[in-house]
Amino acid sequence: MHIPDGFIDGTTSAFGGGVAVGTVAGCLRRTRDLLDDRQVPLVGLTSAFVFAAQMLNFPVAAGTSGHLLGGVLAAVLVGPWAGALAVSVVLVVQALLFADGGLSALGLNVVNMALVGALGGYAVFAAIRALLPKTKASVVAAAGVAAALAPTMAAIVFTAEYALGGNGAASVATVAKAMIGVHLLIGVGEGAITAMTISAVMATRPDLVHGAAHIATRAPSRDDTAGVPA
Amino acid sequence: MNNAHGTGLYMDHTGRLHRLAAHSKLVGTLGFVAAVVATPREQWWSFVADGVIVAMVAVLAGLPLGLLARRLTIELPFIAFALLMPFVGNGPTVRLAGVNLSQAGLWSAWSIVAKGTLGVAATVVLASTTAVPQLITGFERLRVPRALTAIGAFMIRYLDVVTGELQRMRVARESRGDRARWLWQAKAVGAGAGALFVRSYERGERVFLAMESRGYTGTLPSVRRGDEPRHWAACLAPAALASACAIAAWRFR
Repeated sequence: MHIPDGFIDGTTSAFGGGVAVGTVAGCLRRTRDLLDDRQVPLVGLTSAFVFAAQMLNFPVAAGTSGHLLGGVLAAVLVGPWAGALAVSVVLVVQALLFADGGLSALGLNVVNMALVGALGGYAVFAAIRALLPKTKASVVAAAGVAAALAPTMAAIVFTAEYALGGNGAASVATVAKAMIGVHLLIGVGEGAITAMTISAVMATRPDLVHGAAHIATRAPSRDDTAGVPA
Repeated sequence: MNNAHGTGLYMDHTGRLHRLAAHSKLVGTLGFVAAVVATPREQWWSFVADGVIVAMVAVLAGLPLGLLARRLTIELPFIAFALLMPFVGNGPTVRLAGVNLSQAGLWSAWSIVAKGTLGVAATVVLASTTAVPQLITGFERLRVPRALTAIGAFMIRYLDVVTGELQRMRVARESRGDRARWLWQAKAVGAGAGALFVRSYERGERVFLAMESRGYTGTLPSVRRGDEPRHWAACLAPAALASACAIAAWRFR
C-alpha cells in the first residue's frame, strides 16, 4: 500500500521529496557508469517486471494474502542502483497513471520503497552474504533474509515519518506496533518468494544475478532457458 | 489496463483538457495537490471548494462524473484505515450512537479522507486526459533527466507484454491444479517469477540490440512543441484557486 495525499503533512512530504530526488539522482549517476546506454531498456524492463511481480499474491496466513514488494528482489537481480531506480520509476508510474499513492507523498513512497526497501535491503543482503561462504546457497539465503527484513525496515521508516508529520490521532506507539507487526508477517512471504525467485534465476541464468557476480559462473548457452517452467 | 498500450486510466477522446500541454498540466496538478495538503483540516468549507474545483475541471474535460467516482475506489483501503482512527485515537472523546469516539481521531479520519480523495481525484483527471507519450514529453520539458523519462517510457511500453506473460503463466499453472494458497506452495510462485525475470531481461537485451542496430546512442528523440502561455494560465488556474482557499482557511482559522 502506498501513502496517499494528506496522510503525512506538507513539510515532511516536501522533505521526503528532496531526499527522493537525491536518491534517484545518485542512482542515475551510478548506473550510468555501470551499464552505459544499455541501462535504459534493461532498467525499463526491470521496472515492468517489478510492476508485474507486485501483482503476484502470496498467502500470508490462512485466507489473507499480501503482494510482493520486490525491492530486494530487483536489487539482487540487477544491482542496488539499477534496482532502486526501477522501483522509483514503478512508483512514479503507479502514482501518475493509476492514481496509486499520492502525488505529494511520492517522495516519501520513494524513500520507503526504493531508498530503504531496495538500497537498504541490498545493504543487509551484502552484509549477510559477506558472513556466509561463497556459494549459490548463501546468495539465496542472504536474499531471502534481507527481503524478509526489508518490509519491516520500511515500516520503521514510515513510523518515523508518521512521528514527524503524521496526520493521524493514533499514538506513534500504536502505529509502530500495527505497522511493524503486519510487515513482519508480509516479510515471511516476501523472503520466501524472493529466495525462490533468485534460486530459479540462478538455476537457468546465473550470469543475470548481480548479487552472485562474486561467484564464478558460466554463461550458459541459450538452450538452458528452455527448461524454465511455463 | 484498458488497451494494448498500457495507458492506465487514459480516456481517448478530444476534450478541452486533452489538448493542453502536458508539462503545464503536471505542474498544475502538483500545485493543486500541494495546496490541498497544506490546508488546515478544521476549515471544512475549503475542502468543499476544492472538491467543486476538481468536479468543474472534470466536467470541462468531458469526463463522466460516474467514471471519476468509480476510479476513486482505488483509495478504499486507506478509507478503511482512516475509519479506524476514531477508535484508536487518544485524548477527549465524544459519544456517538453509544460508542466513545476520539475527537482527534474523528478529525484525522476526516482529514485523511478529504485530502486523500481530492488528491486521487486530481490525479485521475490528469491521468484520464493526458496520453502517456504526452506525459513523458511533459517530464522532459520539465528538465527531468532523459535517462529517467526513457526508462519510464520503456517500462510503460512493455508493461502489458510482461503482465500478459505473467497472466499466461498463472493460467498455465492453475489449470494444472496448482493454486498458491499456502506458504509451502510459494515455490511455484517463485519459479514463475524467476522465469518471468529471465524472459523480461532477455527481451530487454533483444530490444537493446535492435535499437542499437538502428543507431540508438543513449537518448530517444523527443517531439518539442512551442510553449503556450494560454495553456499555463488554464492549467494553473485550479491550483491558484485551491491556494487561495488554503490561504483563506489559514487566515480565518
